[in-house]
Amino acid sequence: MNMAPSLSSAIGSRSIAWRLTLLLTLLLTIAAAGTVVAALSYGQTAATRAFDRLLTGAALQIAERISVVEGETVVDIPLSAFGLLSLASEDRIFYRIIGPDGATLTGDESFPLPDAKGDAPLLYDTAFSGEAVRAIRMRRFLAERAVRGPITVIVAQTLRARSELANEIVARAVIGVIIAGGVTLALALLAMHLALSPLRRIERAILARDPKDLTPFSTSTPREVEALVAAINRFMARLDKRVGAMQDFVADAAHQMRTPITALRAQTELAMEEDDPRKLKTLQRRIRDRALGVSRLTDQLLSHALVTHRADSVTLEQIDLRRVAVEAEREARRTGGAEGIELDLPADPVMVTGDAFSLREAARNLITNALAHGKPPVVLRVSTTTGGKALIAAHDQGAGMNPDQLQRIGQRFARDASNPQSAGLGLAIVAEVAEFHQGSIQTTSGSNGGFEVGIVVPLAAAPAATSGKGDAA
Amino acid sequence: MIRYFTLLASFIALTVIPADTANASETITRFEAQASQSGDLVIASVTDLAFMRPLIFAFQQANPGVSVTYIEDTSNSLDASVSSACMGRTFLADLVISSSIAQQVRLVNGGCAREIESSALPSLPDWAQWRGELIGLTYEAAVMVYNKAAFADNGPPRSRFDLIDLMRQSGSLNGRIATYDIEESGVGYLFAFQDSTEASTWGRLIEGFGRNSVATFCCSSDVIDRVADGRAHIGYNVLGSYALSRAENDDRIGVILPNDYTLVLARAGYIPREARNVAAARAFLELALSPQGRAILDGETRLLTPLSGPDALARLSGDDEAAFRPIPLTPALLVSLDQAKRVRFLSQWRKSVTPPMP
Repeated sequence: MNMAPSLSSAIGSRSIAWRLTLLLTLLLTIAAAGTVVAALSYGQTAATRAFDRLLTGAALQIAERISVVEGETVVDIPLSAFGLLSLASEDRIFYRIIGPDGATLTGDESFPLPDAKGDAPLLYDTAFSGEAVRAIRMRRFLAERAVRGPITVIVAQTLRARSELANEIVARAVIGVIIAGGVTLALALLAMHLALSPLRRIERAILARDPKDLTPFSTSTPREVEALVAAINRFMARLDKRVGAMQDFVADAAHQMRTPITALRAQTELAMEEDDPRKLKTLQRRIRDRALGVSRLTDQLLSHALVTHRADSVTLEQIDLRRVAVEAEREARRTGGAEGIELDLPADPVMVTGDAFSLREAARNLITNALAHGKPPVVLRVSTTTGGKALIAAHDQGAGMNPDQLQRIGQRFARDASNPQSAGLGLAIVAEVAEFHQGSIQTTSGSNGGFEVGIVVPLAAAPAATSGKGDAA
Repeated sequence: MIRYFTLLASFIALTVIPADTANASETITRFEAQASQSGDLVIASVTDLAFMRPLIFAFQQANPGVSVTYIEDTSNSLDASVSSACMGRTFLADLVISSSIAQQVRLVNGGCAREIESSALPSLPDWAQWRGELIGLTYEAAVMVYNKAAFADNGPPRSRFDLIDLMRQSGSLNGRIATYDIEESGVGYLFAFQDSTEASTWGRLIEGFGRNSVATFCCSSDVIDRVADGRAHIGYNVLGSYALSRAENDDRIGVILPNDYTLVLARAGYIPREARNVAAARAFLELALSPQGRAILDGETRLLTPLSGPDALARLSGDDEAAFRPIPLTPALLVSLDQAKRVRFLSQWRKSVTPPMP
């Protein structure tokens, strides 16, 4: 059994053409072997039949020439009978004629008789004079006044011509099979070459491509490789999107970083020339605020990059949103400025399929956003909605967003110009995570005041079937 | 059988051993090896030694270490001893050569021979070999010999039809026709049997023989002797080899190759199953078929070979119209040996032909 894996891996690692060649050769060999076996059997049968007819003919001619003359049985062996048998020119001939009384009238007295009784002509195999022979026994009944009863005619012949004919038939069949097999194999290989040519065309098309060209292939392809080409095209589209997103992001990030850093530098230079301690104090506070803003921007840029990356690379798992909320709240509290956050969690687990890190980042950004733009108290809420969805949202008592802000929600760097500490990335990260989880951003203005921003994602199909790893319980 | 050839001048390294009591008809001649002896080749044959001697000498020149023992016998006697040796699986000879080709075919058919396995076989025409075990070595026609003086006026008959007409027209041939005693001679029986299957002339021929009191003899040489000295005017179905070589030295006789058809017999040889020196026997047969052997057989013995025969015979007879009918070495010859058939054929012959006067 050691062979099987190594063989299959050997087959597996070779080209399709190689596999097809191997299989075709194998099939043709089996077919050829079958044909040769059939030819062997057919050759034997055909040769036996052909020469049995000669034997029968000769026996008939001899039997016909048996007569009774003057009370005596007369056997006049006709020359033509032996002429007929001599058509098998290399074979020895034996004959024996037996009268009604069992006495041999002429021929080889010791030639063996068949065991079977009966009057019908009987062909049988035996051996005589040191060689295998084929013999026929034929009876003719004499009903003369003097002689009554069966005359038995036995004619026999050695097998040389038979085996020569059989061998010739087989040899021709074998030659035919070899030629046919060779031609078939050649044609099959040609057909295979033609059939596989689209693959080579695709290969050439890929190789000939500019490395930066990520547009889909427009090469016409046979149905069998359509799926492959479609997969390649999908992959390239994804790659294209990623590269595009990356380029956009880098451009935006560079732009976004440059402004606050320029401002920071200017303020620092102002501070160095300022002698008035009171003004200096103000400048220092501004520098600190600006530095905090840059720090947060950096943090969010990295977070955003990480979330975007994970969307394409992480395998999703079953997660309890309550746990996500708890961890996000704990993290927010640790980084500071998040005191007074409340958690509003349901009693039952809220299972979704997703990436724990991304969801936690989203939740953390929801909290930060609420703290930055809303009014405390801030509540991080997890619930299930009527449409079979899960919701995680941050609620505050602020006025919420104006319609213009609502329209731009989720866009990158859509910050509030009045707030230097906002990087404008928090809700962009949230939107990214929502999209990655096939969900969406949802905003609600409470009737009794307050404002809520959150994401709605589909509930996991069968929470009971999960391993329970993500369970809060 | 008169053996004037064997009794001719003796040669060096040649001894004639008297026939043993068991087989009065056989003569054993031994040719000692010319170098230190490394083997012995025993040939059993019905061919007169004089005819075979040149071939044996050529063989010993090529194989000086091999002595040759030549057993010469009449065809019936040889057939009997070869048959019993075959049945008893005992050694008799390394090579059996006989003009009684029907008997030879019967022996080979009975499994007495072994395959010759010689590369020379494919050169032989198909009719001159069977199973690769029996091969024809010579090309001897069945001819008519005539006394030239007796036919000085009108010329001799050229065909069987001429002979039949002659026998019917005049009484001039009465008691002047000689032929084989087909009951005694294997070759004579074979030629007669072939005549009976070849053409319808046979019936009229033996009727004519009967009317003209044909004289029958055991051997070709006896027939030729009679024709030569004028006691017979014409000899029918005489072996061509004997007739042609005699006619060359004897002006009194002429040879006719009947132009309706001329039977041709190839003296056949085989290597018995029990042969001791197969290699030497094969070498002897190959020599006979080689250009050297052909030159010897085409020479003064006029035995000819199946390869050179047709041309040589046509040249010797000066007759282009001869229709040669070689008797093929096939099992069909067995029919002539069938006991019942033979009895019928001979009784028909006897009925037509008056026994010869003593």
